[in-house]
Amino acid sequence: MPAVIADGLVKSFGDTEALRGVSFEIERASVLCVLGPNGAGKTTAVRILTTLLRPDAGRAVVDGIDVVADPRGARARIGLTGQYAAVDERLTGFENLQLVGRLFHMRTAQARSRARELLERFSLTDAGDRAVKGYSGGMRRRLDIAMSLIADPSVLFLDEPTTGLDPRSRLQMWDVIDGLVADGTTLLLTTQYLDEAERLADDIVVIDNGSVIARGTATQLKSASGGDRVEVTVSDRDDVDRVPVVLAGSLQAGVEPVLDHAARQATLPMSSTDHVVPRVVRSLDEAGIDVVDVVVRRPTLDDVFLQLTGHRAENDTDADDDDSTSAAVPEGAAR
Amino acid sequence: MTATATPTRSGPVPSDRHVVPTGATWLARDTWTEATRHLTATRRNPELLVFATIQPIMFVVLFVYVFGGAIQIPGFASYEQFVVPGIFAQTIVFGSAFTGIGIAEDMSKGFIDRLRSLPMYPSAVLLGRTFSDLLRNIFTFFIMLIVGLFVGFRLEGGLVDAALATLLLLAFAYAFSWIQALIGLSVKSVETANSAGFMWMFPLTFISSAFVDPSTMPGWLQPVAEHNPFTIVTNATRALYNGYDPGMDVVWSLVWAAGITVVFAALSFRKFTSNSK
Repeated sequence: MPAVIADGLVKSFGDTEALRGVSFEIERASVLCVLGPNGAGKTTAVRILTTLLRPDAGRAVVDGIDVVADPRGARARIGLTGQYAAVDERLTGFENLQLVGRLFHMRTAQARSRARELLERFSLTDAGDRAVKGYSGGMRRRLDIAMSLIADPSVLFLDEPTTGLDPRSRLQMWDVIDGLVADGTTLLLTTQYLDEAERLADDIVVIDNGSVIARGTATQLKSASGGDRVEVTVSDRDDVDRVPVVLAGSLQAGVEPVLDHAARQATLPMSSTDHVVPRVVRSLDEAGIDVVDVVVRRPTLDDVFLQLTGHRAENDTDADDDDSTSAAVPEGAAR
Repeated sequence: MTATATPTRSGPVPSDRHVVPTGATWLARDTWTEATRHLTATRRNPELLVFATIQPIMFVVLFVYVFGGAIQIPGFASYEQFVVPGIFAQTIVFGSAFTGIGIAEDMSKGFIDRLRSLPMYPSAVLLGRTFSDLLRNIFTFFIMLIVGLFVGFRLEGGLVDAALATLLLLAFAYAFSWIQALIGLSVKSVETANSAGFMWMFPLTFISSAFVDPSTMPGWLQPVAEHNPFTIVTNATRALYNGYDPGMDVVWSLVWAAGITVVFAALSFRKFTSNSK
């Protein structure tokens, strides 16, 4: 039996339909990533599965327990780390952990030893007896996850664990999550970032406007969205139009190249990315086009969305500012 | 070596980590755990401690020395015998505002959601909060009492009556914590909880018998002051501290305190659960 079953979840807030029948399952010791832009319904789904919201319709089962019928039973089996680090900043890291342990009905001695163990595991031992008020954003998130793990949950829910983190803390967070995966934790992770889903997840469910619009592995989703792209910058703006013509033989059918004359850039879907940089440079050289830069980039959430829904992910203001997908390199998403 | 997450012994610990224990003992334990969170935080947070000690000291001293010479109340040997019980009542009722502010803060930081995702008794979140505020109010009360004794206030009614008066005050403050809890659960931000929590308490405590005799107020205001529950509890405790017969005021104060507690605790619990709808 899967660790998590979401079966036809429906939830409305007033006139807004947040979820319109979302279904997925998570196998034990695997990682499912729920991918979607802001407002897609990711958090609503997590809140239903973690008993914080009651679904209007549908069934949610965690570790064999129906979350609506037995919410406290379900709560004993889950860990939740929400979008904001839910730590009491007036207390120390150790006190936060001990508090949660006691509210999981551990004996005091047991809660204390578990707290020390988790502080060590999340590299917080030195900060453990300081008030959380002085912690950095990354430290708070680590403490938050440690608090979710105190009772060894059957399923851990991480709602956008890297949103709002600087790139370095984000990488640290990925290491933490890698560690959880290595330990065999069953994990549901939501994110707005395809690279994060690709890096961490076994399976991905893409949701938009409260519905599942695609599911599969990262490779399956990316090939559905047109595969890798090559971004060519040339020195002469008049050469931009010539780039797709010269490279016509290597382009993937069915996906339009994006030409940005102002930036002197052409973004092209490639049928194969083997030796792509030497091939592109050689062909353009032979055609007498002066190439400034060639970048191979993987499809972003934007690309996946564009392909699946015909509209942009509209996941953040940065994406709105970009008229062309060419600027949305994966690193750019790590804000 | 890993500390095991599975309890190894019987006793007050569920044998299976997935079994959620139930019963009054566990509700009390959850409540106490939540209360200690706030008590630890209060100890650490100098601002709160300052409010809980300096502010009441200032009130007692200012009222007694600034107004004491100008105001004479018939039937009272001195203004401090009249006003100090009023200040007791006002200060600990004002202290209840921290219940709402604290809840609003926990909500805005997502901490309430964290607690709601734990297998604890959900009601312990509010019970623990109001209980810790009650303990803080007891602390504040004794600071004020000591300062009151310093400026000449005397427990003329004896210790038993004084103890009864104090319990009455604390019961009233506890009742007001539940009003504030509902406010804290209903507002969207800490700032709103702050203003919504304090605003109405100024007219409530000043249009009363706490600082002056209501018969000196304009005619249209007198009935308001006289029927104000805050007047009733002030009169009851003032009579007890001064050794007068409080009459029915003690009973009515208890009725008010119990009524407010029952109604607003019920509304607060309902609001707390309805956040999941």
